[in-house]
Amino acid sequence: MRLIIAMIQPHKLPDVKKALYDADVHKMTVTNALGCGQQRGYTETYRGVMQEVNLLKKVRLEIAVNKDFVEPTVKAIVKGANTGSIGDGKIFVLDLPECIRIRTGESGNNAIG
Amino acid sequence: MDVSYATTVGIDTLWVLIAAFLVFFMQAGFGMVEAGFIRSKNTCNILTKNFLDFCMASLGFFMFGYAIMFGTGNGFMGFTGFFLKGAESGADIPIYAFWLFQAAFCGAAATIVAGGMAERMKFKAYLIYSFIISALIYPTVGHWIWGGGWLAKIGFADFAGSTVVHAVGGFAALIGTIILKPRIGKYNVDGSANVIAGHNIPLASLGVFILWFGWFGFNPGSTLSVGDGSLISRVAINTNLAAAAGGIMAMIVVWKLFGKPDLSMAMNGALAGLVAVTAPCAFIEPWAAITIGTVAGFIVIVGVLFLDRIRVDDPVGAVAVHGFNGIWGTLSVGLFGQKVLGLINDGLFYGGGFKQLGIQALGCLTVVLFIIATMGVVFKLIDFFIGLRVSKEEELKGLDITEHGMESYAGFQIFTTE
Repeated sequence: MRLIIAMIQPHKLPDVKKALYDADVHKMTVTNALGCGQQRGYTETYRGVMQEVNLLKKVRLEIAVNKDFVEPTVKAIVKGANTGSIGDGKIFVLDLPECIRIRTGESGNNAIG
Repeated sequence: MDVSYATTVGIDTLWVLIAAFLVFFMQAGFGMVEAGFIRSKNTCNILTKNFLDFCMASLGFFMFGYAIMFGTGNGFMGFTGFFLKGAESGADIPIYAFWLFQAAFCGAAATIVAGGMAERMKFKAYLIYSFIISALIYPTVGHWIWGGGWLAKIGFADFAGSTVVHAVGGFAALIGTIILKPRIGKYNVDGSANVIAGHNIPLASLGVFILWFGWFGFNPGSTLSVGDGSLISRVAINTNLAAAAGGIMAMIVVWKLFGKPDLSMAMNGALAGLVAVTAPCAFIEPWAAITIGTVAGFIVIVGVLFLDRIRVDDPVGAVAVHGFNGIWGTLSVGLFGQKVLGLINDGLFYGGGFKQLGIQALGCLTVVLFIIATMGVVFKLIDFFIGLRVSKEEELKGLDITEHGMESYAGFQIFTTE
């Protein structure tokens, strides 16, 4: 089992969701995040004082999948989030030792699907 | 010791000035309604538009607007009194008081459009638009109806501006939002509409209450005099009853259609009732005001649904509230108006036949066509020279940061994905 964590541009979330649905991936957790990578921030001004905003608004996706679903999921995220410019984000794939469904007590591969 | 009393003119001036201050406060109402009904990422932008358009309207109406609206000229427009030089008052009160009252109306017409074109119109384009509508377009229509122009001469009646203010603003918003095209993500490829929910219903509610409150200046103040008090009392009660009836009716319709009493629609219903009763409020009895408000509450819901059906994206309902109900209110003068209450002819329901109704319909039609044609050209020209709409990236990121470099809710985490 793998846990896929992706950081994407907030405004690409609808595209990523659509790409994931098309790839038959329907389960995900989405959270609001702040972060920075290579992308430069933007400047805000408040009462004439400039302020560099380094931490940008990002969206963090978490998707737990069985091994054979890793590739289609990653592909779908890339397809939905890619614009070709700095700031598109990153995808991390982690090992996931265990997964338990609270309602039934199932664990392992059955609990994920 | 000499005792000095206020003169009749003094009391009338006081009344009109108080009304002008109330109408000015409606600017805050519009700002809150529009801010509440759009997404948080564009709030600073819409408020800047609402704020600056009153500034623009004030100067535009001072320089050119008043002269075109109330100057002497022909049936189409006036030519005297630019920069108020040699301008005369249109009522029996000092010109400065009359000007302030009219300038506040002008600002209201201009600011209606901000809501219809919200969340995607360039700020610079909006500034230019707001000056043009308040210096040239609104005063021209105003001259036809209130400045002794051709519609006034044929007996067209619009007491406080269902057509002059609201239909002008509403249909300018309609043509503007059509030219701008819908917001990203509003309509699916199959044509169905998505919900883009407003971000702050308490703000929107506050805005509706402020507008309702301000309308007690908008309509009763349009008497321009206190007299024996009977006219301003009638106008005030009619204004209130129409708003109440509109709110109730809109709530019932939306409850019936979608199963829940949607507050945003009920509030739009009250505004619709206010817009509709604006033209007839002096010429009708209270029962008629309730009837007019009730119909308005129905029209606003149908109007919003109709616009979504034909894929015209009007984020705050400006077209349905001000455009469609501006027309309904103007026509209602020809149905419920009474000769004994000061109208030239009796309305249809008082045995006057179709005469007044015909005049009202002619006036509405020409004003709407005039607005769509002139504002269509204005928006197209702005689009050609400086662009009307922000880029896709700016729209997605939000106009607060991209246009103003400033967030409305610094310190809050806001989920912006649409």
